[in-house]
Amino acid sequence: MFEKHRQKALEAKMEQNQSKFNQIKKPTNVLFNIILSILSLLSVIPFIFVIIISFTDENTLAMNGYRFIPEKFSLYAYQYIVSAGENIIRSYGVTILVTVLGTLLGLLLTGTYAYALSRKTYAFKKFFTTMITIPMLFSGGMIANYLIVTKVLMLKDTIWALILPLCLNSFNIIVLRTFFKTSIPDAVVESAKIDGASEWRLFFQIVIPMALPGLATIGLFLTLGYWNDWFNAMMYMDSKKWVPLQYLLIQIESSMDWLASNKSMMGVDGIQAAANLPKETIKMAIVVISTLPIIFAYPFFQRYFVNGLTVGAVKE
Amino acid sequence: MKQSKNKVPKQGFWNRVKNNKELLILSMPGAVWFILFAYLPLFGVLVAFKKYRLSGGFFQSLIESEFVGFDNFKFLFSSGDAWIILRNTVLYNFTFIILGVVLPVIVALLLNELRNKGMAKIYQSSMFLPYFLSWVVVSYCLFAFLNPEKGYFNNILQQFGHDGISWYTEKGYWPFIIIFMSQWKGIGYNTVVYLASICGIDKTYYEAAVLDGASKWQQIKYVTLPLLKPVITILLIMAVGGIFKADFGLFFQLPKDSGPLYPVTNVLDTYIFRALKANGEIGMSSAAALFQSTVGFVLIMIANKIVSKIDNENALF
Repeated sequence: MFEKHRQKALEAKMEQNQSKFNQIKKPTNVLFNIILSILSLLSVIPFIFVIIISFTDENTLAMNGYRFIPEKFSLYAYQYIVSAGENIIRSYGVTILVTVLGTLLGLLLTGTYAYALSRKTYAFKKFFTTMITIPMLFSGGMIANYLIVTKVLMLKDTIWALILPLCLNSFNIIVLRTFFKTSIPDAVVESAKIDGASEWRLFFQIVIPMALPGLATIGLFLTLGYWNDWFNAMMYMDSKKWVPLQYLLIQIESSMDWLASNKSMMGVDGIQAAANLPKETIKMAIVVISTLPIIFAYPFFQRYFVNGLTVGAVKE
Repeated sequence: MKQSKNKVPKQGFWNRVKNNKELLILSMPGAVWFILFAYLPLFGVLVAFKKYRLSGGFFQSLIESEFVGFDNFKFLFSSGDAWIILRNTVLYNFTFIILGVVLPVIVALLLNELRNKGMAKIYQSSMFLPYFLSWVVVSYCLFAFLNPEKGYFNNILQQFGHDGISWYTEKGYWPFIIIFMSQWKGIGYNTVVYLASICGIDKTYYEAAVLDGASKWQQIKYVTLPLLKPVITILLIMAVGGIFKADFGLFFQLPKDSGPLYPVTNVLDTYIFRALKANGEIGMSSAAALFQSTVGFVLIMIANKIVSKIDNENALF
């Protein structure tokens, strides 16, 4: 009797296993979940910590140090940025301007070049493919780039030094070319050609609308690259004219120049105010606001990044 | 239309230009960019063989500067730093290459086997987050933990009655910090690459394996990993070619350019940058840069050759 009952239970269990074919055992699943939860927490906690610090009261911070659950919260850092952080807001503007201009220009250059390469009938396909392959294998390096950008192209201290070096690269062209090739049927192109459409029209009126997801992917690669760029600013910006957010963060950290220049702006009263400026929390608040747009756009970023990565992995 | 297409191979150069006029015009903006930003700098490498002096424009200075052959390279390699810098660059990158394959593949396998797929999405999104932060932002995140006065770690140490550690001057900890942070930032991205490949594997392989009585472990060993080999190989070739190229942000931003940490954080890229920006030492730093590019080029060629010998399908070109 007992034996039979067990038999039945076993059979039921096996049936269940059959329906969830080839799955790992429950305990293993729990173990995997624990490991992955720890890794996930490790990934997000440092940034959450920075957010918490930015909302901490400065005096509490001076007494207790950074804590995950501070004794007293405060909005002071953000109020300060809104009321007195002129250069912070200006830097925000610079970052947005560079990102928008750069992404548009980059999309235009990448799109046109990749489209030409994607066309089977293009007689110079090989030449222009080689042209983008060589720089992937051998590059002039940091000094050579620096000399060309500053001494030949004369871009030092101009906004173009932040835009042009980043707007095109071989990887993006290859990803987009592959995308054009796989998502736009030859028949469409051929028939448009027979109808007498110029390549120009074909590209802008047929290919771009059809390849929007691919362009979105490249657009997001570019946007992220520009938004997070500090290297070009560090290389080519000696004046204070174009300071993107990321570079501002470096300047604040590496010197007290920033505070000093603010002091003179604020006048005699300001000097005392500067003495008890909530330095730590303001820094962290700038980190937070500089990352905010990325956090909001995160779902898009993630989806298109995964797309781009898988397309880019297709080898020819 | 058809006829002109058939004629293509026989056409002369100018005819081909004429027939491809529109596509050529479309290629032009990109081509100009590549000439200015990728090919002009190749002349810049000549600086490495010159005692570079500014006199007027770049090309004028280049021509008028004294040719010194390999002197810049001799200076570079006779300085005591060169050995340390090369060692750091290669050892760190070697570690990154190994961990950059092993860890993401393991995580991708774990994610792929999860029974609750909904959670898999959440884990993947969380782990991808650090990839989207710039090294500057990451350096602030790290500082929140390592700040000698207020940082989280020293807070905890002091609560247990220990002295705080001066993290930004004690070089002993930094190899671990650097390696940990590089993986922390990169693991999400790499996991996605491998996970995409794993998801692309035909399910019938696994069904056949199960019918033959293969355990989960055997399936991974005999189905998944062999099928991942092409992706791993390609990424390895690329990584080996870049073994002399260091992630500048990682080595420059995280240690906050702290002098006492140079012995374990100075790599080729940071050395070149500091030589250029702090000392204006163009000759030696461009020698280092040319060395870096050349070795990288040779390595990627060799790696590709070896791979194409073993398994032609997985080679890059």
